[in-house]
Amino acid sequence: MGWTRPFELVGRGFLRVLDEAGELLLLLVQTALWLIRPPFRFRVLFKQMEFVGVKSINVVILTGAFTGGVFALQSYHGFSLFGAESLVGSTVALALTRELGPVLTSLMVTGRAGSAMAAELGTMRVTEQIDALYVMAVNPVQYLVLPRIVASIFMLPLLTIIADFVGIVGGYVVGVGLLGINSGIFIAKIVEYVEFSDISMGLIKASFFGLIMALVGCYKGFYTTGGAAGVGRSTTQAVVLASVMILGFDYVLTAIMF
Amino acid sequence: MDDYIIQLIDVHKSFGAQRVLRGLNLNIPRGRTTVIIGGSGSGKSVMLKHMIGLIRPDQGQVLVDGQNLTVMNDRQLNQVRTRFGMLFQDAALFDSMNVLDNVSFPLSEHTKKPAAEIHQVVAEKLRLVGLPGVEAKMPNELSGGMRKRVGLARAIALEPEIILFDEPTTGLDPLMSDAINRLIMGTQAELGVTSVVISHDIEGAYKIAHNVAMLYQGRIIAQGSPDQIQANPDEVVQQFIHGRAEGPIEVI
Repeated sequence: MGWTRPFELVGRGFLRVLDEAGELLLLLVQTALWLIRPPFRFRVLFKQMEFVGVKSINVVILTGAFTGGVFALQSYHGFSLFGAESLVGSTVALALTRELGPVLTSLMVTGRAGSAMAAELGTMRVTEQIDALYVMAVNPVQYLVLPRIVASIFMLPLLTIIADFVGIVGGYVVGVGLLGINSGIFIAKIVEYVEFSDISMGLIKASFFGLIMALVGCYKGFYTTGGAAGVGRSTTQAVVLASVMILGFDYVLTAIMF
Repeated sequence: MDDYIIQLIDVHKSFGAQRVLRGLNLNIPRGRTTVIIGGSGSGKSVMLKHMIGLIRPDQGQVLVDGQNLTVMNDRQLNQVRTRFGMLFQDAALFDSMNVLDNVSFPLSEHTKKPAAEIHQVVAEKLRLVGLPGVEAKMPNELSGGMRKRVGLARAIALEPEIILFDEPTTGLDPLMSDAINRLIMGTQAELGVTSVVISHDIEGAYKIAHNVAMLYQGRIIAQGSPDQIQANPDEVVQQFIHGRAEGPIEVI
């Protein structure tokens, strides 16, 4: 009998993945249906936009600045081997707008806001606050999940714009200020090589990552069981699952779009 | 026929392999206070959550004024729910909102009253539960008993016909328990509501109940006025109401 065990484990794991994917999709569908059904809760939405967006600005600025700076440093090292230092600016700009801006912003915001969503909804679940919403005839998907998802879809691209900009400035400071690249060339090469589509595709990706982050965070929180320990578990799982999904979908989206 | 506002008919509910309700039948008379007693983990909360459609039975019917909750969609269920108020075990106040926003939540959701009028209603309900002027406090600044009273104020904000109480006195000191029991009696007498109370507190139950039912092994095994329950010859009932460890109920 023992030889079937590995197959059982693989099968059970596979079923669990399918199960989870199905539940995520169902929550997404429910949320989408509530999008067009009143009441519309703009106050709650703006509060979430503030939480996901405005309050993430600092962490996004820090991430962008250091990423741009270190990217300039590293690429300068490579390009100087064959005298192509003038390309540092455009390389930094392309990497940021197409890839690092959206992905790093999303990962940082997942750590900050996605985890908070899971923790908050999880706590509301285990302290019966979600049941209380049902009892008061207010649908918790509409009241809690929808505003978080919509806010994230809108705010992540905006945060990414900040990260892109600050990152390029960071690259400029390092490249021009510390490494002595000519300022005019640095900027001219960016203008020459970066297309509008590089930026816009990056922003579309960011919005998609926002959806993933909020959906996973809310899903893990909403279905929390098992008290305080359960809330901790949901929060960890939300961050891990959302980050992995962001990286995975990043590849897929990039392959499709660019 | 007697006038029953809620009827549970042959309700079965299992969670995994654990059979919690096993063919439960219970009628809740209109305008009276019914107390459900039973051991910890006997399924009292699960039963209460069936009455308001938070849990759907695996089998059986839940009727509110003859309407079957088990076949309703969200919208119909919400309509029925606006007739209910519920006090949760730990009050379940929204901890991101202050007391004012908590108590006014059902009012601003389901009425078109202007803010000033809502504030007035909130103040009145808070006075009714003996906590005037706490509107600006956050739930975590309140003691357990105060939270329960704010929860009660929220439950009665819409002046519901039916109020469900999930262990309203558990974890409170005897004085606070008595205060809560008085509040339950007071709201019942004043507003003429139907109350369903889950409790382990036998003395409190005798005091507030018109009708007591005992839940044991997923069924109602005894029901009647407090006097009738005390006179019930069933050994399980006697063991429970007298709080004896020895008897047909296995304690450990």
